[in-house]
Amino acid sequence: MPPTQQSISEEIAREHEAYARAGSVRHHPDRGYAPYRSSLLRHPRQPLVAVRDPEAVELSGPAFGVTDVTELDGDLTRRHTGEPLGERIVVTGRVLDRAGRPVRGQLVEIWQANASGRYAHQRDQHPAPLDPNFTGAGRQLTDDQGTYRFTTVKPGAYPWRNHTNAWRPAHIHFSLFGTAFTQRLVTQMYFPGDPLLPYDPILQSVTDDAARARLVATYDHDLSVPEQSLGYRWDIVLDGPAATWIEEGR
Amino acid sequence: MLPTPSQTVGPFYGYALPFPGGGEIAPAGHRDTVAVHGRVLDGAGEAIPDALLEVWQPAPDGSRTGAPGSLRRDPVTGGFAGRDGVTFTGFGRVATDADGHYSLRTLAPGGVPYLSVCLFARGLLHHLFTRIYLPGADLAADPLLASLEPGRRGTLLAAEEAPGTYRFDLRLQGPEETVFLDFN
Repeated sequence: MPPTQQSISEEIAREHEAYARAGSVRHHPDRGYAPYRSSLLRHPRQPLVAVRDPEAVELSGPAFGVTDVTELDGDLTRRHTGEPLGERIVVTGRVLDRAGRPVRGQLVEIWQANASGRYAHQRDQHPAPLDPNFTGAGRQLTDDQGTYRFTTVKPGAYPWRNHTNAWRPAHIHFSLFGTAFTQRLVTQMYFPGDPLLPYDPILQSVTDDAARARLVATYDHDLSVPEQSLGYRWDIVLDGPAATWIEEGR
Repeated sequence: MLPTPSQTVGPFYGYALPFPGGGEIAPAGHRDTVAVHGRVLDGAGEAIPDALLEVWQPAPDGSRTGAPGSLRRDPVTGGFAGRDGVTFTGFGRVATDADGHYSLRTLAPGGVPYLSVCLFARGLLHHLFTRIYLPGADLAADPLLASLEPGRRGTLLAAEEAPGTYRFDLRLQGPEETVFLDFN
């Protein structure tokens, strides 16, 4: 029998307590995080092997350019003949490295459910309507300040089968490249004030309170476009060394 | 600055991240093309049908700058135009099929004997890095391989099945767990 939300919430609380007791800061989730059941057989048990080779290929990374995106790729509301349903939003922010430098000209990709919480994916069969005017995928290159900007609709929450009555909070998936392959990041952006945040084992897998808060965007009224859309701001900091860090003696 | 935490790629990236020709890193019809393929398996030895592999590598001349054009777009339809058939971008992206299988076609990298791999999957909260070492090159001189216990080194070595065709399975867990890497 699948676990209840109450038992998953108790597991989440125990994981938070264990993290607090351990006393060292951890920014990323532990890959083996039992409240997220799918992680159980899909994480290595051996420690990762450290590579400290300054000649490692991973300190460089793939390049993307104007051929890889079209102007419309940043506007998820204009990909079909009609208007998508839902609350129209702008999501924007900067992509930075750990030294605070902008990540320029790199690829940002997003995907999300529609306003009803349904993905345009055959595996999502839960009874919420598809929207013929919304697919939910976008991509963009960051500009010289590291800024990205998407126009989309606010995604809905949706049920999943981790446990009985499991619901994912509304989120937008992000995929990011830095100047080095080591800086690669795939993550999810959440919305402020969402009542589902404490119940979600995927978000709660980030056991550090401050780190978890960095996954939640900020509502920014100045980003709203009158009569058109509301706005959220979300800055992203990529982890991992790049060749330039080595040169600086890190 | 403090990093943004990782989250799983989830099960629904299929209409956003993979692109046609994502595994065709070698320019179309290039005579030195090699094929690399294998399966991604979980701790029970079962196929992972919703994994995504990315590959990054130097060009055959050893250049590590890469080149744009992996995801080349068609400005008329807004869809994917495919790679231009000439440029070596050094980047590939391929999703596993229902049997957990992936395949890539590329050119051997210059200067190093390996392809860098970044693995994503539903259930995997933070991506994993590993390397596919191709046989034939000077593997004895590689500092990472030299640092590994002999029992685990083999998990990074692709096996030659036929001339120009290499097999490389990724095991996320279990007795033959693949060596995964940390660069931080």
